[in-house]
Amino acid sequence: MRSIVITFGLLSLLFAGPAEAAKTNVAVAANFTEPARAIAARFREKTGHEAVLIFGASGAFFTQITHDAPFDVFLSADDERPRLAVEQGFAVPDSRFTYAIGKLVLWSRVLDVTDGKAALSAGKFSKLAIANPKSAPYGAAAVETMKALSMFDALRSKLVQGNSISQAFQFVDTRNAELGFVALAQLHGVAAGTQWLVPENLHTPIRQDAVLLKRGANDEASKAFLTFLKGPEARAIIESFGYAVE
Amino acid sequence: METLQHIWPPVRLTLELALISTLLLLVLATPLAWWLARSNRAWKEVIATIVSLPLVLPPTVLGFYMLIALGPDGPGGAIANIWGARTLAFTFQGLVIGCILSALPAVVQPIRNAFAAVGDRPLEAAATLRASPWQAFWKVALPLASPGLLSGAVLGFANIVGNFGVVLMIGGNIPGRTRVMSTAIFDYVETMQWREANILAAGMVVFAFVVILSMTLVQKRYARAEA
Repeated sequence: MRSIVITFGLLSLLFAGPAEAAKTNVAVAANFTEPARAIAARFREKTGHEAVLIFGASGAFFTQITHDAPFDVFLSADDERPRLAVEQGFAVPDSRFTYAIGKLVLWSRVLDVTDGKAALSAGKFSKLAIANPKSAPYGAAAVETMKALSMFDALRSKLVQGNSISQAFQFVDTRNAELGFVALAQLHGVAAGTQWLVPENLHTPIRQDAVLLKRGANDEASKAFLTFLKGPEARAIIESFGYAVE
Repeated sequence: METLQHIWPPVRLTLELALISTLLLLVLATPLAWWLARSNRAWKEVIATIVSLPLVLPPTVLGFYMLIALGPDGPGGAIANIWGARTLAFTFQGLVIGCILSALPAVVQPIRNAFAAVGDRPLEAAATLRASPWQAFWKVALPLASPGLLSGAVLGFANIVGNFGVVLMIGGNIPGRTRVMSTAIFDYVETMQWREANILAAGMVVFAFVVILSMTLVQKRYARAEA
C-alpha cells in the first residue's frame, strides 16, 4: 500500500510541475545580453514566470524563426527583421515596438580614442574590429559612421569582422584588434581602455525592436514578458545599461 | 557570373589553406607518428593523448585558446613582432596554425597505425643488409606505410576544408585572407543569400562524398594488394 502511495506521489511530481509559473523562450540579440538577464530576473520576481534567454546574432535568429525555431519572443538588434517577421507571417502584427535604441562606441585597450575622429584619422593601428555589417546592425552603423567621416576607404583594409557584436568586443578585449566599434551596453562595468561615443548624427539610429512570435501568440508568459519589457521598471534597467528608450 | 565572382575567392582561399596546411602537417605528423609507433617510453601515450585532444574538444575551446595564444599577450604576438605586426589572429598564417592543430590527430592516427603495422621484421631485415636506420626509414618503412600517409593526408585536407569553429573565432572574416568556404556559407545563410549558400554547400557535400568514397576505394585496393 505504502509503496503504491509513494509511486503515485513520485509520478504526480513528474507530471505536475509548478502550477502557475510558465516559461517563455526569448531569442535575444547578443548586444542586449546583460540587460536581458537583469530584466528576466526582475520579471521572474514579479510574475513568477520564467523567461528562458537564448543569445545570438539577430540574422541567425531570423533564419531560425523562419524555420520554426522554438522561440516565443524575439528581441532583435534592429527593426528590419522584426518587421520582416510580421510581414512574412511569423509574428503577431501589432506586437512590434522599439524596446531600446542602441549607442555605438569606439573602444580601445591599446590606444587613446577619447577623441575618436583624431584616432581614426591618425590611423596608428593595424586592425579595427566591427561586427559583420551585413548581418549585425551595429556593424552596419559602424560602416555608416566611417563613411560619414569620409574615412571608410582609408580604413577598409584594416577592418576585421566579428560574426556578432560580441565577437567584435572579444577581438578588442583580447587586444588582437587595437580598437573597434562596439555597443555602449557591452562596456557596462568595463573599466579598461578608452572610449568615444559616436555622435548619433553619423549613423541611422539603431532601433532595436521586439516582437511576439506566432508560437507565443496565445501564451500568457510571453505576453506578460513583452508587457513587462514596455513598463517603467524594464525601461529604467535598459537605460542604465547605456541605451536610449522612446 | 557575378555570383561566381563572390563565391570563387573563399573557395580558392580554402584550397590554398588546406593544401599548405596538409603539406606542413605531413612534415610534422610523420616523425611524430613514427616516434609514437616505435618508442618504448612510458609517457608517449601522454603525448598521443595531447595530440588527440582536438578530436574531443569542441572547436570553440581550441578557437578560444588560439585567440589568446595568437594575440599580443601570447606567443603568436611575439612571432608577429618579428615582422612588426601585433598579432597572428586575422592572418592566413594564424589560420594555418589553427588548422594544423585541429587536424593533427586526423593525420597522426592513420600514419601511426601504418608504422605500427610495418612491425620490426622488415626493419631488422634492412639492418642485416647493412642499411642505416635512416635508410631503413626512407627505403623500407615509409614505402610500406604509404597507404597510411595517403589516408592521413586526405583526412587532414578534408578536416581543414571542413574547419569552421576555429576559423570563425580567429579569422575576422576578411575577404581573400581569412574568409573561407565554411564561414562564407555561414555568412550567406545569416544574410539570407540562399543561392550563394546553396552553391557552396552543395559543393561541400559533393567534396565530402568524393573524399570518403575515394578513401574507401583506396583502402580496399591496398587491402587486396596485401592479401
